[in-house]
Amino acid sequence: MVTTESDLPASVSLQRKIVNKSMTILVLVAVVLAIVPLILILGDVFIKGAPAINLTFLTAKPTAPNLPGGGIAPAIEGSIVMVGLAALISIPIGVGAGIFFSEWSTSKLSTVSGFLNDVLTGFPTMVLGLFVFILLVLTTKTYSAYAGGFALSLIMIPIIARTTSESLKLVPTTLREASMALGVPRWKTVLRIVLSTGKNGLLTGILLATARASGETAPLLFTAATSTIFIKNLSQPTASLTILIYNYALSSVPNWVTQAWGAALILLLVMLALNLLVKLTIGRNLTRARMEM
Amino acid sequence: MQLRLRGDSILKILLAAAALFIIALVVTLAVELYRIAAPSIFQFGPNFLIGTKWKVNTNQFGALPFIYGTLVTSAIAILIGFPISLGVAIFITEKLKGHQTLGYSLGIIVDLLAAVPSVVFGLWGVFVLIPLLREYLERPLNHYLGFIPLFAGRNPSGFNFFSAGIVLAIMIIPTMSAVSRDVLNAVPNSQREAMYSLGATDWEVTQKSVLPYARSGIFGGFILGLGRAFGETMAVVMVIGNIPNISVNLFSSGYTLSSLIANEFGESSGLYESSIIEIALILFAVALLVNVVARLLLWRMSRGLQVKA
Repeated sequence: MVTTESDLPASVSLQRKIVNKSMTILVLVAVVLAIVPLILILGDVFIKGAPAINLTFLTAKPTAPNLPGGGIAPAIEGSIVMVGLAALISIPIGVGAGIFFSEWSTSKLSTVSGFLNDVLTGFPTMVLGLFVFILLVLTTKTYSAYAGGFALSLIMIPIIARTTSESLKLVPTTLREASMALGVPRWKTVLRIVLSTGKNGLLTGILLATARASGETAPLLFTAATSTIFIKNLSQPTASLTILIYNYALSSVPNWVTQAWGAALILLLVMLALNLLVKLTIGRNLTRARMEM
Repeated sequence: MQLRLRGDSILKILLAAAALFIIALVVTLAVELYRIAAPSIFQFGPNFLIGTKWKVNTNQFGALPFIYGTLVTSAIAILIGFPISLGVAIFITEKLKGHQTLGYSLGIIVDLLAAVPSVVFGLWGVFVLIPLLREYLERPLNHYLGFIPLFAGRNPSGFNFFSAGIVLAIMIIPTMSAVSRDVLNAVPNSQREAMYSLGATDWEVTQKSVLPYARSGIFGGFILGLGRAFGETMAVVMVIGNIPNISVNLFSSGYTLSSLIANEFGESSGLYESSIIEIALILFAVALLVNVVARLLLWRMSRGLQVKA
């Protein structure tokens, strides 16, 4: 299918050949321009982040800006706890809505909710954060891990719902019919046959959504805020890796800037691992999942 | 029989509740934002959208500088990001046709850009990209082409509309190229073969028969990328300089809707707070519009393909 210039008949005018060739070159330039920033970012984060990482960095609390040492352990803990909370909230709702979109795809509720779900995927996460601030921080009068987790769940729900419904739609109708013909009730067919056949897709959605939530900063700014101590209970301000990177990057304290790169490296490794895991193994056939990210 | 019906309806009710949750979420979001923004909406009315002053001590709030900043940075991002994304999509679907694994791998690599958290883009922007842009692009442009208002000013600092636009361009490439790629992949091969049989070159096939067929889908991807640029917060707040400013000079500092929220909401109260929530409401309305348009275009495209197939 790849035609070279010599494949083109002599009757093709020189001008058309030149246009053809130049467009090929332009398209190649576009590919290079898209990949160079990725290489630069990965390279810089590795080079500047690696020297910061050691045992103290991973296990200690932050120190005062003028003191050396200190670590990012409370932020790691906060991120894991809040993403975990978000997963607890978003998996049942996202998977439930996803099943509904696929198994009751003709109902009006499915159309409207599915459409709004797609709209939510592209929503500014800052606005979602403010919404949770109004809902949970204004009412409880404190920043909290709960509020942060809930804000992150709003980002995960639409991703999980969409990948669930797309992967369940790939389950052949004949499987459902065969099950129903054997007298298995519909609810059992959905839960035992459809869900177990489409489970790879579900897992893909959950992993992608988890990765996405781990990298979010804006929704946490005014919900979990920040903290320098470990979590005592879930209704207090809570640190997270992303907010720590934001604060440290703008701090102009050399030690903190170095630690920001270290934290960025850890975050990036987690994100890349989750994404590659999904894309190289279970998610290969799910083009829609790729599209939604 | 009784049990079967009960099980069916319980499951349906549970799942429908989850679907209803999503509708309730979007509705509550709009209502709550409006409730808190109301004092500002009644105080300033439509003038809020065209007001240019943002003064906390005199309680004067106008959103125009932020709307302007959002539009300018998004425009730069689209001008740079869209051709690159389309180029990548064309390369993968048209040039690498028949090399499935190669195309898929290249797709994964470009998609990895989407896996980079926006705060990491911001960190990289502040410490790596801005110094590079300042030394090798902004200062030379400013020095030699400073007579053009776009590149005017004295000694660009790097924290400006231009840098923010470049960072956004990098961030929206994966979104736009992934959608374009899926759409171009969905163009039936007969469409290409017909054109080749007429003696067309590769580019003529792409230009005259693939792109026109896929245009509504590509436009959908374009709009989705635009929506992403409008809403992006962290990377922009770190590189744009955060000064309310309406100027054609791309090398001057600015502010965007979302970066204003990130930067100032924490210390706001009263009318100030309510004005910032109104900014969020504007962002909400624009995001709704952009995403509805994009989804309708993509839905139309996929429905059209099903009918033809």
